[in-house]
Amino acid sequence: MKQLIFAGSWSPYLVGTLIGFLSWSSFIVSKKPLGTSTSYARASAKLGSICCGDTVFDWKYYQKYKPELEWQSMLVIGIVIGSFISAVFSGEFNLSFIPQTEFKSILNQNIMGRIFSAFIGGIMLGFGARLAGGCTSGHGISGAFQLSIASWISLISFFVGGAAAAFLIL
Amino acid sequence: MESKSRLLKGLGTGIIFGFLLHRGGVTDYNVLVGQLLLEDFTVAKIILTAIVVGMIGVHFLSDRNIIELKPKSGSFQRTLSGGLIFGVGFALLGYCPGTIAGAIGQGSIDALIPGLLGIFTGSFLFAAFYEKFSDSIDKNNFKVDTFPELFKVNHWKVIIPLSAVIIIFLLWLESIGF
Repeated sequence: MKQLIFAGSWSPYLVGTLIGFLSWSSFIVSKKPLGTSTSYARASAKLGSICCGDTVFDWKYYQKYKPELEWQSMLVIGIVIGSFISAVFSGEFNLSFIPQTEFKSILNQNIMGRIFSAFIGGIMLGFGARLAGGCTSGHGISGAFQLSIASWISLISFFVGGAAAAFLIL
Repeated sequence: MESKSRLLKGLGTGIIFGFLLHRGGVTDYNVLVGQLLLEDFTVAKIILTAIVVGMIGVHFLSDRNIIELKPKSGSFQRTLSGGLIFGVGFALLGYCPGTIAGAIGQGSIDALIPGLLGIFTGSFLFAAFYEKFSDSIDKNNFKVDTFPELFKVNHWKVIIPLSAVIIIFLLWLESIGF
């Protein structure tokens, strides 16, 4: 047990199984599936109000997804904390701006390139998740295991679009 | 605002989820991009295992009325186009919305500043887009939400073969050395 807590990484099958168990408990305890991207959309209203004024809070999308702290926003904050704990235990916490990778490119090994790729990538990720209605966890895991048609199309599109782009740019 | 106990449940679930994402290696740029380049299959192994375990458990619980499933709806054009845009963003940024939170926890500043700012901006742009085009975005939703409803079969007739296909695929991946 002690070894497992301090180990650098766990088998993906163990992690996948535990995420599966966590999904059951999330349904039982919180009556909700795991998901993350809606929280970013809620929070984006605050950022938008800085540029475009308080009228953004009246927009249809923000009426549907009100900019408030709720269960899923807390889940996202929890992910930051949980990952931090794991990183500290395994001695892997370190501040970095340029990701360590064997897939080197100007987009990830140069400061300006990394700012560009992370920011533009983030915009597409945020927009795409809202259009598709979920992300890798909400559609890819939770939606897929509920056998949702929308989720399976999204999951496949995420990886088809991702692989095509990765082969082009890296 | 939701009750304090609900917020705490969310936080607790997130802490476990974040711990697992980091331990699984999927808060690492290299592992995520490696999956998109088909060189590292950690992401696929985690997602597919979680799908099989999650799928069997939640349907078992829902059959006994212990939980209520909430499958997502959508339309073909919305999920396909949104999914492809998301995928390109995933390749550029190297993280997705869940794993970026994990990457922030392990100290990745590229995730915290430009990455997060980008996701907020993109979500805001969508809200603006939705303000103008909500009618066409919300059009042509699937008539039913799930495959068992679409095929008009009992859900276990989908769950069992799908689980078998996923397990065979994972065994095959291992057998060819991934």
